[in-house]
Amino acid sequence: MSSKFHTSRRSLIKGMAGLAGATALSSVVPGSAFAAGLTVGFLYVGPKDDFGYNQAHAEGAAAVKGIEGVTLVEEENVPETVDVQKSMESMINFDGAKLIFPTSFGYFDPHILEVAPKHEDVRFQHAGGLWSADKHPQNVGSYFGYIGMGQYLNGIAAGHATKSKKIGFVAAKPIPQVMLNINSFLLGARSVDPEITCQVIFTGEWSMAVKEAEATNALADQGVDVITCHVDGPKVVMETAAGRGAFVCGYHADQSPLAPDLYLTGAEWNWANVYTNMVQSVLAGGSIDNFVRGGLAEGFIKMSPLGPAVSDAARNQFEATKASIMKGGFAVINGPMKDNTGNVIAEAGQSFEETDVSLESMNYLVEGVIGSAS
Amino acid sequence: MTDAAKTMAGPAPIKGSNSSVMEVWGHKAEAFLLPFGALLAGLAAFSVFLLFVGKSPVEFYSLVYKAGFGTAFSWNNTLSRTAPLLLAALCVAIPARLGLVVIGGEGAIVLGGVAAGAFGMFLPGLPGFMGIVGMFLCGALTGALWIGAVGAMRFKRGVNETISSLLMAYIAIALMNHLVEGPFRDPASLNKPSTAPLGETYRIGNIPGLDVHWGLAIGIIACIAMWVLIERTTWGFAARIVGGNIRAAQVQGLPVGLLMVGFCASAGAFAGIAGMMEVAAVHGTANGSLASGYGYAGILIAFLARHNMIAIIPVGILLAGFEASSGLIQRRMDLPDATILVLQGFVFVAILLSETLTGRFKLFQPHIGDRS
Amino acid sequence: MSESDIGLWAVPIAMLGGAIRVSTPFIFVSLGECITERSGRINLGLEGTLVFGAMSGYAIAYETSSAWLGVLGAAFFGALFGLFHGWICKLPKVNDIAIGIALMLLGMGLAFFFGKPYIQPVAPDLPALSFGFWSDVPQVQAALQVNVLFILGLVLAVAIAWMFKSTKIGLTIRVVGDSSDAARALGISANKVRLFSTAAGGALAGVGGAYLSLYYPGSWNEGISSGQGLMAVALVIFARWNPINCIWAALLFGAAGALGPALQSVGVSSGYYLFYAAPYVLTLLLLIATSSTTRALNGAPGELSISK
Repeated sequence: MSSKFHTSRRSLIKGMAGLAGATALSSVVPGSAFAAGLTVGFLYVGPKDDFGYNQAHAEGAAAVKGIEGVTLVEEENVPETVDVQKSMESMINFDGAKLIFPTSFGYFDPHILEVAPKHEDVRFQHAGGLWSADKHPQNVGSYFGYIGMGQYLNGIAAGHATKSKKIGFVAAKPIPQVMLNINSFLLGARSVDPEITCQVIFTGEWSMAVKEAEATNALADQGVDVITCHVDGPKVVMETAAGRGAFVCGYHADQSPLAPDLYLTGAEWNWANVYTNMVQSVLAGGSIDNFVRGGLAEGFIKMSPLGPAVSDAARNQFEATKASIMKGGFAVINGPMKDNTGNVIAEAGQSFEETDVSLESMNYLVEGVIGSAS
Repeated sequence: MTDAAKTMAGPAPIKGSNSSVMEVWGHKAEAFLLPFGALLAGLAAFSVFLLFVGKSPVEFYSLVYKAGFGTAFSWNNTLSRTAPLLLAALCVAIPARLGLVVIGGEGAIVLGGVAAGAFGMFLPGLPGFMGIVGMFLCGALTGALWIGAVGAMRFKRGVNETISSLLMAYIAIALMNHLVEGPFRDPASLNKPSTAPLGETYRIGNIPGLDVHWGLAIGIIACIAMWVLIERTTWGFAARIVGGNIRAAQVQGLPVGLLMVGFCASAGAFAGIAGMMEVAAVHGTANGSLASGYGYAGILIAFLARHNMIAIIPVGILLAGFEASSGLIQRRMDLPDATILVLQGFVFVAILLSETLTGRFKLFQPHIGDRS
Repeated sequence: MSESDIGLWAVPIAMLGGAIRVSTPFIFVSLGECITERSGRINLGLEGTLVFGAMSGYAIAYETSSAWLGVLGAAFFGALFGLFHGWICKLPKVNDIAIGIALMLLGMGLAFFFGKPYIQPVAPDLPALSFGFWSDVPQVQAALQVNVLFILGLVLAVAIAWMFKSTKIGLTIRVVGDSSDAARALGISANKVRLFSTAAGGALAGVGGAYLSLYYPGSWNEGISSGQGLMAVALVIFARWNPINCIWAALLFGAAGALGPALQSVGVSSGYYLFYAAPYVLTLLLLIATSSTTRALNGAPGELSISK
């Protein structure tokens, strides 16, 4: 199974050769979309301008809007209930949407899986899901980025900046995507100094401003002096942490304007690139693979420019590691390694490369992370 | 007693025995035409708001009609959203007939859903309808216990039911999150912590001919049944006396405590069933999406319906229709999703405001002269 | 930055800090609602007023570069919402609870509708006073960063308590709240008193919202309130309509709310959802312990629909 994003040209050739059905990995969007232009729908679980997760997707959608022949339709604050099913169908029935991006993880099962079989001429591209050929419809695809690599680079910057050897992570829920980020952040810092620990606080909600601020203050009270997060809108964490004098590493989008002096770097999505490629591929009559992943090299994610507080030593290690990640095959989890309850997660000599699908069901926090995985 | 308390207790408890047919029909016409006129007034006021922000009311309302009620799909959309709202509104309207303001139905919905999901997870493979029946009872019972406790606390300890039900809603949501992300979590549910997926025989499908699950039918039946119970039985009669004046009811020897706990428990049972339907008909698992605000929407619907169980049905459909049109409004008019919230605010203030005009129109009061 | 290691002391210090940081919106909304309910009317819509106050306060602070003008603006719009509620409810047969719920919807809707352009910009913050200068421990210093509005809230509570007890205005509000008939006999217009009491309540709720957006957490977004406005209304009943008790209730609620993150930060990390529910569980238990059917709702205004 290829995990790289195919260019429109290759997909086009594949489609013409009739291989799409044979490989059972691609599906062809009907040609009618090509002739009459293409209506593309985006659904967001929160407000489009949350300085974070939803805004990153909405900026990607805005890039699609500029493509000739594309009509963009969007809906925000769509709950993960029957609402999202009906919103997708409304886009299909009233706007003639042929390509739909439901961008929240919770939209996948059961909602997309419920609607997709009823609309076989529509392609549903889901962010974060684990599409598999034997379980899921052919007109559904899933895509995501190796943003854990960005958190690893954040960790390198953090490892050089911390004086207390304690870094902190404000997290929403202990799910695989979040745990991979926490582990990567710590392991990046430990590549600088193996003594560093990472304190994690779960808020239990994707968006809950006061709890995020309280969590950030609790971290600062423990002497944590570099903080990052994985919540939908990082604005509150960034501002509160900076208010306590801690360095910050961004997430989802560039938050450097919120703390210009204390912002080290940030792991950002680059959805504009991803969505432009996907839409152009479909416009050209080609197809999109059902299972798409990409990282720094493929332009799925990017790093915020390094801030003024980043030392030369940090800059050198950051750039060197980034170049190494760009080459491909980089692994964050390298054995021997234990989780923070003492279980072995990787034997000596064993490593999990960024493309390893098993990382997407991560259920542990590595040794050195202070916090509970369940 | 204030006017507020009187209206809260619903329509006048006991009708005069000498009311003529004309008078009854006059009241019925008023009960329909007054809110309908207020609805139009609210829509008109919202038009002014739209003009103020530079948008076309004509376009707006044609889109609301189209997306909420204009096509077969629109009706499916609206009715799908109506299903949980009816049961959630009953959770407010039933205790309100006793004069109790219960605003924490959300708690019973989420816990009813979790209980149903847990039943399906721990007792899979029951034959026939047994699975669905078990989930139904689990959801109903959990909801009944949760809101029943609110009634019991009120009767036994005098704990204000408004505040206790609200507190318990927050506690219930925390409990649900704890359970679905902890003890009840299916390890295979990766990025959306949930209970294990229900088996096929535990799922509830759609009403034939509609793209709407059976929760709608259950909601409508529940509304009608509760209307009959409250308007046509001695139980309902006793409840109306309690709602009018608790002390008078106690003096008459009515079982006030039993009524309070029983009404609250039945209200909670309906909310629990709403949660169970979400699990069995929509999600197929119990997870955090159970807390999506149906309980709070139910408060509004119940108060708009003046706690009349039958009126809950059209009010619920109206609210759901507005919600159903939100997407098309966002897409076609470049308005934020909050537009529908503002519209609802305008319309509901207008309808509630119109209650002050009850009895002011001679048209509806053919015998007004005889009375004075 | 050199934070010292304070181990488990972090929990009580965080709770102290949390009580001061988190309680202020509860203080303002509950004091406001206290005035309204003492006059015999309930405004359940203060959640909407709070959210609109947060938005308008932030927007005005950003446009004028003055956080204090933002607070004033939030108070102004809050008063408008209160006046609207009070005006509608003086009409006969209108249900104040239902109107409150509708206005909650309207307030939130309008705040989200007009608040879109203000999510991105950064507005000036309200200033804080440092009461921790006596301590060398940075955590204590941080916990005792006290916002001016918090102090204003404390002063206001004392002032309102004094007003109810010893002034003619306070007496008038109480008479109206206890019996419309008595008020009429004394030649007091109950509707007018309630109108102004609801307006005052709205203004204070607006200020509570401005605290959220202009100090802590200190930004405007659609998730800024996690039900503070609704909870504060409940706290008034909990506080038995006594302004001083409102302060205690708000502080308790704030401190209990800080428990969840603080416990995680010292390593107690499983079951955090249950710790997050601590403020609600605690309030409920206290409510059960202090309620009684025989002296039902001591201090409840006689005209209040919710307490009957």
